[in-house]
Amino acid sequence: MNAASVAQLVAVSKRRGKVQALDGVDMALQRGEVYALLGPNGAGKTTAISLLLGLLQPDAGEAFLFGQPPQSLAARRRIGVMLQSAGLPDALSVAELIAQVRSYYPQPRSLADVSMLAGIESLLPSRYARLSGGQQRRVQFALALCGRPELLFLDEPTVGMDTASREQFWKTIRELVGEGCAVVLTTHYLEEAEALADRVGVLANGRLAFEGSIEAIRARVSQRQIRCISSLTAQQVQNFPQVNSVSRDGEWLSVLTPQPEPVLRQLLAADSGLRELEVRRAGLAEALNSITGVAA
Amino acid sequence: MNAIAFDSIARRSLLLDARLEFLRLLRTPSFALPALIFPVMFYLLFGVLMPSGKASAGQYAQYMLATYCVFGVIAPGLFGFGVGVASDRERGLLQLKRALPAPPQNYVLAKLAMALLFAAIIFALMLSTATLAGGVRLGLGQAVLLGLVALLGALPFCALGLLIGSSVGAQAAPAIANLIYLPMAFLSGLWMPLSVLPGFVQSMAPLWPAWHLGQLALAAVDQPSRGGALGHVLYLLLFSLLAAGLATRRLQRTP
Repeated sequence: MNAASVAQLVAVSKRRGKVQALDGVDMALQRGEVYALLGPNGAGKTTAISLLLGLLQPDAGEAFLFGQPPQSLAARRRIGVMLQSAGLPDALSVAELIAQVRSYYPQPRSLADVSMLAGIESLLPSRYARLSGGQQRRVQFALALCGRPELLFLDEPTVGMDTASREQFWKTIRELVGEGCAVVLTTHYLEEAEALADRVGVLANGRLAFEGSIEAIRARVSQRQIRCISSLTAQQVQNFPQVNSVSRDGEWLSVLTPQPEPVLRQLLAADSGLRELEVRRAGLAEALNSITGVAA
Repeated sequence: MNAIAFDSIARRSLLLDARLEFLRLLRTPSFALPALIFPVMFYLLFGVLMPSGKASAGQYAQYMLATYCVFGVIAPGLFGFGVGVASDRERGLLQLKRALPAPPQNYVLAKLAMALLFAAIIFALMLSTATLAGGVRLGLGQAVLLGLVALLGALPFCALGLLIGSSVGAQAAPAIANLIYLPMAFLSGLWMPLSVLPGFVQSMAPLWPAWHLGQLALAAVDQPSRGGALGHVLYLLLFSLLAAGLATRRLQRTP
């Protein structure tokens, strides 16, 4: 067991019903680090989080929070949690909910600080049931911050938030990380992982198919995408050497290739009217698909 | 499991948890209104108004005070736990409480405290109604004894509620709780004395926990009752332990 890690899975396997949800997964999170757990639905993300939180017991292997079993109340007093589905009591006000969660921690953040960080000052007197989905999500975030956590668990945190709240949310996370808080994040929004994560783990079929920086993931995918407005037909470009695939969307032409330079020379030579040229490395989404596809 | 599970933080948070649990129910009209009004309303109708004018009306009102008190204090436990736990479980609140450092015993203790507080309010409402409208005059000893039976008697039904809440979904829980509550109240002689019901209903009555509590309540106000106090208490104790034990096992298996 690594003493420096704030959360750790050691050779953990867990079966859920007939599915092997996790199969020999090792994972360690360092102090102050943002770790994004990605993968398709049913890949085992929620199982991994549930094991780290002590909601489930591993069939084999061990889970640790701050070097202790996750069931230990002392370890859990150092974390904050935002679960995917948290049906908080509808009849209570936001201020009452925050007071309740603050009472579980030895040195909680003040109500003023919590509501400022989560941007919910104006919601404090409202009953939880009367809030919009995005507002409820921000209240759940506020509850996660109540205990001055050293480690935050965020399971799909920004589902239902509008763009402005999401940006605000990311900014707050970065501030907390700046103060030394570590974060475990699961998300479907790849730009969220790109905006926040130091390290990414990709789960596929219960195994950790990849772990590393965002750049390392992208480098796994050698393809580049060329986009331009051109009068050439898809069929013509398909016949160029080194071209993997061509698609046309209105006047836009999109070409996937492992080696863009020779393709570009030919494109420019063949169509003098070509404009709006753009070459980019395949995005995180394509990278993920290729990783989980390989592992499957 | 945790040596520090009930330290000063846990004690302080328990007080708040209990208070918020009470507020939560008070602000849920579908729970609070029937729980507080139905026993009083039924008592007035069947215990005071209908028999009035008869020679034995005063005795009858005292007899019915005991059984309607029992009818009243069953509800907070059965519905507070049955419906509350089922919906907390389904909506993920129970999961969140487990993940948060909420002391594990707080959840059940807060709900218990709430059920007892509601039972106390219901008892007070019933006693005032019986005194003001039914002309019932209980001695101090009788009132204290009936109050004790009403309060402690709420506990077995908290356990039964916990078993319902841990077994069925949030949609089914209110229906199941009512399907147990209303027939059991009738068959245990809480609505009208068992003596006016058919013989087989009378002979089946010792099966139901509500009957045992009813007999204790009747004995507390010196009305005719069947069986000894010790037997009733033992039955209710065993019933509580069994229901709570089964519920705990279910909750540990599926959070």
